[in-house]
Amino acid sequence: MSEGRPDILSSNQSLLSGATTSPVRKIGEGLIQFALFLCAAVSVLTTIGIVAVLLIEALQFFRDVSPWDFIFGTKWSPLLKPQHFGILPLLCGTCLVAAGAAVVAIPIGLCTAIYLSEYAPKWVRETVKPLLEILAGIPSVVYGYLAIVFVSPIIRSMFESANVFNAASASIVVGIMILPMIVSLSEEVLRAVPRSLREASYALGATKLDVTLKVVVPAAFSGILASFLLAISRAVGETMAVTLAAGATPKLTLNPLESIQTMTAYIVQVSQGDTPAGTVEYRTIFAVGLTLFFTTMLMNILAQWVLRRTREKYE
Amino acid sequence: MSASEPSMTISTDNEQSKVVGVSTRLHESSDRRPKLARSSDELAAARSKISVSNLDFFYEEQQALFDVTLDVPEKCVTALIGPSGCGKSTFLRCLNRMNDMIDGTRLKGKILLDQEDIYRPRTDVVELRKRVGMVFQKSNPFPKTIFENVAYGPKVAGIRKRSVLREIVEHSLRKAALWDEVKDRLNQSALQLSGGQQQRLCIARTLATSPGVLLMDEPASALDPASTSRIEDLIFELRESYTIVIVTHNMQQAARVSDQTAFFFQGKLIEAGATNTLFTNPEKTQTEDYITGRFG
Repeated sequence: MSEGRPDILSSNQSLLSGATTSPVRKIGEGLIQFALFLCAAVSVLTTIGIVAVLLIEALQFFRDVSPWDFIFGTKWSPLLKPQHFGILPLLCGTCLVAAGAAVVAIPIGLCTAIYLSEYAPKWVRETVKPLLEILAGIPSVVYGYLAIVFVSPIIRSMFESANVFNAASASIVVGIMILPMIVSLSEEVLRAVPRSLREASYALGATKLDVTLKVVVPAAFSGILASFLLAISRAVGETMAVTLAAGATPKLTLNPLESIQTMTAYIVQVSQGDTPAGTVEYRTIFAVGLTLFFTTMLMNILAQWVLRRTREKYE
Repeated sequence: MSASEPSMTISTDNEQSKVVGVSTRLHESSDRRPKLARSSDELAAARSKISVSNLDFFYEEQQALFDVTLDVPEKCVTALIGPSGCGKSTFLRCLNRMNDMIDGTRLKGKILLDQEDIYRPRTDVVELRKRVGMVFQKSNPFPKTIFENVAYGPKVAGIRKRSVLREIVEHSLRKAALWDEVKDRLNQSALQLSGGQQQRLCIARTLATSPGVLLMDEPASALDPASTSRIEDLIFELRESYTIVIVTHNMQQAARVSDQTAFFFQGKLIEAGATNTLFTNPEKTQTEDYITGRFG
């Protein structure tokens, strides 16, 4: 060891003495840095562009419709006379589906995550996790289709009053869609709880259930909460399945058996239809889009904030 | 095993330098703490709390302990010493079946606690761990309040009454010499305490389940000299009511706190005996070489 030291020193010195960068390399470095900057700029500029378009079009919309009516109006019928521009029915539809999805996905997702992280033998974990990835990879249009041909008939057989298109069937399939997200994120935070905490708990005569419920889950709680928020935000933004399954009837209701319309489904309806560009009806989708954007952004920020709090926790 | 050999030499170097700093302090503290290590006769007379016979232990195919036989006398401090990777921690973790948690471990031989085999099939491991508490190398308080940390064990054991819990918490914190420092902030997070306080909190937490045996896995190795000294004083006091088995890297610590010392090397128990005898007059040359610092 000690004999090696002088060599290292001298080679360092020789490196330092020849440390003037050649101009070719300097230009090359500069080019690469610029190329990387451009790549980063593309995504940032796109985001800014999208928000700008949303804002500009939405502002034009609000010249025709008062923001008050938009936010607090309880009737949404921009495509029919008499026109009403109250976002509440759409917001309510979105919330209904997202809440329903949460009711389906949170208990199942959390239990699955706890099972995988604390109880499952290694081979089960290694089989289930890839399967969940597959579940996450199924296109949402397939979920929508399944909701109509499979889930909805079951609901209708149980509740006669249920519509063919209803919020409940959309909620269930969206819940299944966000399940993998909850499972994999929660499982990750559960497993990140230091082994030393589990050992401390076991050493005090705790059973596995004690360790899980009184130490591991509380320690990982804010991470779990963040996974819920991210998943719900995904449910809010989910489009295809709800467009197919939930119907196209904007309605201010909390009854999941009724046909409703979500914000995303409305945007689809107008974008595909023959609403002429430049009219108030057309501009509604920007106002709705902006509302949607704020809703999901708020949830994501909340989730990030909660997650950041976990990171500081154990040390 | 062989791969860790070079690092072992380095760690001994560290210990040697630590010893110099600690030894001066030792003389100070020896004034207020008369050294009362039990003699070999007293040890022989003491009731055996834990009795290990012919213990072999395996991680997968690798054998970590070879035919270890050792008696742990009641209400004495037994120190396990030896170089890194010698199996002393593995041995300690056999005593409360903490190794059960690691997949692929196997054990042969017998461990009796109060004359009962703790590895027979119908042993209630949860019950066992209430009787055999453990303090870890790195303090590991739960991210909960100080109160909740200490109350955790009793709560898990089914104690619900707030007044009883409060009494246990106070009693345990007093025993761990932490009460005066934390009595006004029991509802603050345990993570705000200093390293030494956290380790004493972990000891208090263990005492709260009123175990008969206390296992300590290098409880002071991550602490500064002042905190180490407090923990050592504490061990000495706890000896009056608990049977303590302590793993330590630091031979001076073993000499200071223990009544009996067991020297492990490469998974084998080389020698065990009254601390006074083992350190002054070891039987085996390997022991002598180790305690005089000739190898690590």
